[in-house]
Amino acid sequence: MSKSIDQIFISAKQWLLSWLTGAPDWVIQVASSLINIFTLLAVFLTLFALMSVLERKILGRIQNRYGPNRVGPFGLLQPVADGIKMLIKEDIVPARADKIVHFLAPILIAAAAVLALGVIPYGRNMTPFTIDGGILFFFAVGSTTELAVFMAGWGSNNKFSMLGAMRAIAQMISYELPLIITVLPVVMVVGSLNPDAIVAAQNGYALGLVPRWFVFTPWGATAFILFFVSGLVESNRTPFDVPEGESEIVAGHMTEYSGFKYATFFMAEYIGMFAITGLAATLFLGGWHSPMRALEFLPSYVWFFAKLSALLFVYIWLRGTLPRTRVDQIMNFAWKFMLPMAFTCVIAAAVWHYAGRGLRGWLWSLVVIAIVYTALSILLDARRKFAPRTYRFAE
Amino acid sequence: MSSTAFIVIAILTLAAALAAATLQKLMHAALSFAVALVGVAAFFFSLGAEFVGLVLVFVYIGAVAVLIVFTILLTRRDVGKDRGTNWSGVIVAVAVFGGLIWTILETPSLSAAAPQIPALTVRRIGEALMTNYVWPLQCIGVLLTAALIGALILVMEERR
Repeated sequence: MSKSIDQIFISAKQWLLSWLTGAPDWVIQVASSLINIFTLLAVFLTLFALMSVLERKILGRIQNRYGPNRVGPFGLLQPVADGIKMLIKEDIVPARADKIVHFLAPILIAAAAVLALGVIPYGRNMTPFTIDGGILFFFAVGSTTELAVFMAGWGSNNKFSMLGAMRAIAQMISYELPLIITVLPVVMVVGSLNPDAIVAAQNGYALGLVPRWFVFTPWGATAFILFFVSGLVESNRTPFDVPEGESEIVAGHMTEYSGFKYATFFMAEYIGMFAITGLAATLFLGGWHSPMRALEFLPSYVWFFAKLSALLFVYIWLRGTLPRTRVDQIMNFAWKFMLPMAFTCVIAAAVWHYAGRGLRGWLWSLVVIAIVYTALSILLDARRKFAPRTYRFAE
Repeated sequence: MSSTAFIVIAILTLAAALAAATLQKLMHAALSFAVALVGVAAFFFSLGAEFVGLVLVFVYIGAVAVLIVFTILLTRRDVGKDRGTNWSGVIVAVAVFGGLIWTILETPSLSAAAPQIPALTVRRIGEALMTNYVWPLQCIGVLLTAALIGALILVMEERR
C-alpha cells in the first residue's frame, strides 16, 4: 500500500503515456519530457506563490505584526492578487535602454533557474531528467545567471542598475567557489556526479539509528553550513542582498523593470532558492530518505519537501533576523574564511575515507576541521584592525 | 531525429556566430558570441560528450563571456558607436577558415566509418586525468594558482 502511494506519480505518468502506445518512439520521448516539465513548473510555481505569502506571514510574525490577512482565508489568496496586479501594471522600458537586452534578461534568468530544478531527485524514481553529470549541469546552468544579471544591468542603461549588477556578479562569482568546492567532498566520497547515486549513497542507518546522511559527519556538517551560506549569497537574499540594496541603489539590476518583468525576476530568485535548497537536501540531508526506520512508511517525496521547507524556513528566519552586510565584508568573508574552510572539508573528507569511514575517521576529520578552524580564526582575528573605515574614492 | 537536431543546432550556432561577427554594437556581438557557445555545447551533448558540453557552458558562458562583457564595459567609452569594418580581422578570419577547410578536405580518414568507442563518461575522464595526465593537470593547477596570485597582487591596495 505505502509502496503504491510512494510511486503514485510515476504510475500516473505511465498511465498518461499508455494512451500513446503504438506511437513512434520519439513522440513518447517528447511527451514524457513534456509531462516532466509541466509537473515541475506547476509544482514549483505553486510553491513560489505559497512561499511568497508564507514569507510575508512569517516576517510579520518576527516583526510583531500580522502580515497579509485580507485576501482569502488567512490571506492565502494574496499571491493571486499580486499576480493580477503585476500583470495589469504598465510595462515601462526606458527610452535610452538597450531594448533587446533589456527584454531578454528576465527570460534568461528565469530559464536558468527553472532548468536547474530538472536534475534534483524529488523522490524514489522521481528525478525529472537523469544526467550522468547532474551536479555539474546544475552549476553550469546556474552560472548563466551571472550573464543574465549583467544583461539586466547593462540593458537598463542606468547607473543604479549597473552598480547592482556589478555587485551581484562580484558576489556570485566569489561565492561560486566555496559553493562548488563544498560539493567536492560529497562527490569524492560517493564517486559520482549523479544526484541519484549521491542520494543512494546516503541510504541506511549507522548503529541502526542515525541515518547515514553526510550532514552527520564532521566534514559533511561543515560543508553543509558553508554550502548553505554560499547558497544564500547566490540567491541574493538578506543578509547578502547588497545587489538589491533598496536603501542605497533602489533595486539594483531590477531598478528599471516594472510589471511582469519585475515579477519574473522575483520568481527567478525564488525558484533559484528552491533549486539550491533542494540540492543542499540532496547532497547533505539524504535527499528523499526518511530520518528514522519507523517513519519509512511516509512517501519519499514527502520527506524531500519536508527538508526543502525546513531549509526555506531558515532562509526566511535569517531574513527576518539579520541586518544587511557591507560589500567589502561579504568579499572578505568569501575569500578569507569560506574558501579555506571549503578546502579543509575536501581534506577532511579524504581523511574520513582513508581512516575507514567509521568512528575513527569521524574523529580524525573532526580534528582536521577543528585545527584549521581555530588557526583561521586566530589568524583573521590578529589581522583585524579596529579603525574607522577609510574611503579611497568617496571623501 | 538526430540529424534534425543537428541541422537546427547548426543553423542556430552559425546564425549566432554570424551575428557576433557582424553586429555593430559591441555588447550585442559579445552576447551573440555567448549564444554561439551554447550551440557548440549543444553539439557536444548531441554527440554524447555530456561532460565536455557542460564544462563548455560552465567555463565559457559562466566565466569567459562574463569576462568579455566586463572588459567591454570597463575599457570602452563609445560602446554604442559604429566602428566600421576591421579589414585585418577579416583577412585573418578568412585565412583561418580557409586553413581549416583545406585541412578537413585533405584528411583521408574522415570518409571512413567512426570506430565504436564506449560512451565518454565523467568517470572515464576522471580516471584518465588522474592516471595518464596527472602531471599536465598539476602543471595547469600551478599555473592557474600563479595567475590568481598575480591578479590579486595587481589589484591590491597600495600601502600609504
